[in-house]
Amino acid sequence: MAASSKSKKITSNVVVHVVLLLLAFICLAPIVLVVFNSFKENSEIVRNPLALPNILHLENYISAWTTGQFAKGFWNSIQLTGITIIIVLVCSTLAGYVLSGKRIKGSGGVLLYFMMAMTVPIQLFLFPLYYAFAKLNLIGNIPATSLILAAVQMPLAVFLMRTFFLNVPKELEEAARIDGASTAQVIWNVMRPVVSPGLITVGVLVGLQAWNEYLISSTFLQGEKNFTATLGFLSMNGSYGANMGLLMAAAVILIGPVIIFFLIMQKYFVDGMVSGAVKG
Amino acid sequence: MKTKKMNWNYLLIAPALLISVSIILIPGIMTILYSFTDWNGLSPKINFIGVRNFIELFQDKIFFRAILNNVIWVVMFLTIPVCVGMLAAMLLLGRKKTRSIYQVGFLIPYILAPAVNAMLWLNIMFSPISGVVAALRNLGLDLSSPLASMKTAIYACAGVDIWHYWPYLTVIYLAALRQTPADQVEAARVEGCNAWQLFRYVYLPNIMSTVSLMFIMITIGSFLAFDYIKLLTGGGPAHATEVLGTYAYSFAFSSMKVGKAAAVGLFISFFGLIASGIYTRISRKESME
Repeated sequence: MAASSKSKKITSNVVVHVVLLLLAFICLAPIVLVVFNSFKENSEIVRNPLALPNILHLENYISAWTTGQFAKGFWNSIQLTGITIIIVLVCSTLAGYVLSGKRIKGSGGVLLYFMMAMTVPIQLFLFPLYYAFAKLNLIGNIPATSLILAAVQMPLAVFLMRTFFLNVPKELEEAARIDGASTAQVIWNVMRPVVSPGLITVGVLVGLQAWNEYLISSTFLQGEKNFTATLGFLSMNGSYGANMGLLMAAAVILIGPVIIFFLIMQKYFVDGMVSGAVKG
Repeated sequence: MKTKKMNWNYLLIAPALLISVSIILIPGIMTILYSFTDWNGLSPKINFIGVRNFIELFQDKIFFRAILNNVIWVVMFLTIPVCVGMLAAMLLLGRKKTRSIYQVGFLIPYILAPAVNAMLWLNIMFSPISGVVAALRNLGLDLSSPLASMKTAIYACAGVDIWHYWPYLTVIYLAALRQTPADQVEAARVEGCNAWQLFRYVYLPNIMSTVSLMFIMITIGSFLAFDYIKLLTGGGPAHATEVLGTYAYSFAFSSMKVGKAAAVGLFISFFGLIASGIYTRISRKESME
């Protein structure tokens, strides 16, 4: 009796792992294939895309780095993402603090506004914004594009920061106030240390979105010298479609840093995703 | 003296509000106004043409094709990733040691940029020259890229997006499932519930609010679908994969009909609004019970 229930347990464990491994295979197979093919010559890929590379053609990577102009692309991506993160963190922390209590009149209205702004489709404001930016000569301007990405991310960030501030014990702020601290001192010395894990979570969430964003950055960052790494890669796909090995190496160059960053920061990624979803 | 004490809080909330209003609210209102005009984006002359943009859209076959494709997108996203995501979450719930390793593996497609994912699938999976499709052709199967056929292209696009999206649902469901009170699970086990009953009568009721929130988010998101279609097919072949997002975009930037693009943009918002309306209704009902 005990033995049969134990063997039943083992079988069910095996089945569970088989299903999970199958799902992991589906997720990772295309990425593994890209890594394989990034070391091959184009003719090798065309002969059999599924085969392992015979010789590791590292020159794919060298020429991909230069033809994709990744040095500039990564620098632009870093600027775009960095500026977006800074704008969102500064503004959402301040707003989150204010909205975490009844500190101003009409805070309910502001919350309702951000709630609505969160579900607004990009196509509702994209077109007038594009032509306004064109008039102001801001097409291809990285900080200006960051501002748009920041505006898109702002509502969620405000809600998340507000939740973090709500979790700060009231007594902490009151005690500081009694000691004569100003609002700036309260935020910087009392609140900041308590909410800083939240800041990392929001920063990671916003940074990932900004790094990966396609619709806004492809619309507003025109002109090759303003391309992010992703946009540079996309333009390569058009011009070097016949050299698959080169393209695959470029893809790996793009994917690699993101995966490494994700592996290091995974806890914050998952936290950000979960808190972002629950807050609605 | 008393009036001198200024409320700094108004100043603190100003930057966030200012950015949001100038980037989203004002252009949003302008979109509503533009939808009643024939503006082409360049000319200083803007004519008010009433509801002509909307009438033209209602006589436009491609517009309805786009709505239909959005509906296909909703249906596919409400079934496949929801089921796969839930299955994976339930399986991971019982794996205490290996859980985080699997989760990291699953999440990799989710954290990669749509532009990269789309190029990956285009070149290494769907391509009849350099992809898995090519490998299957070498084996003698008569295949072509599913993106090239008018019948299958929309499903292929959705498939790639689903491949990227479902792990997100797994993470969300898993986080919710872990909140289920242990004593309820224990009681059900003692009663002799099997796995399905455990899920149906213990876990599912506990995570129902997360499940329905995700339903709404998926529905809203499906009407916003843009990235994968634009990148994989650009709306083609022959508008077969056109969705509202790509259709509005091509009006604004290819055929220079900003007024019409604005009108399509309003439709996208409208469908999103219906979904949020239903959600508020459901959640209000729930809280009243």
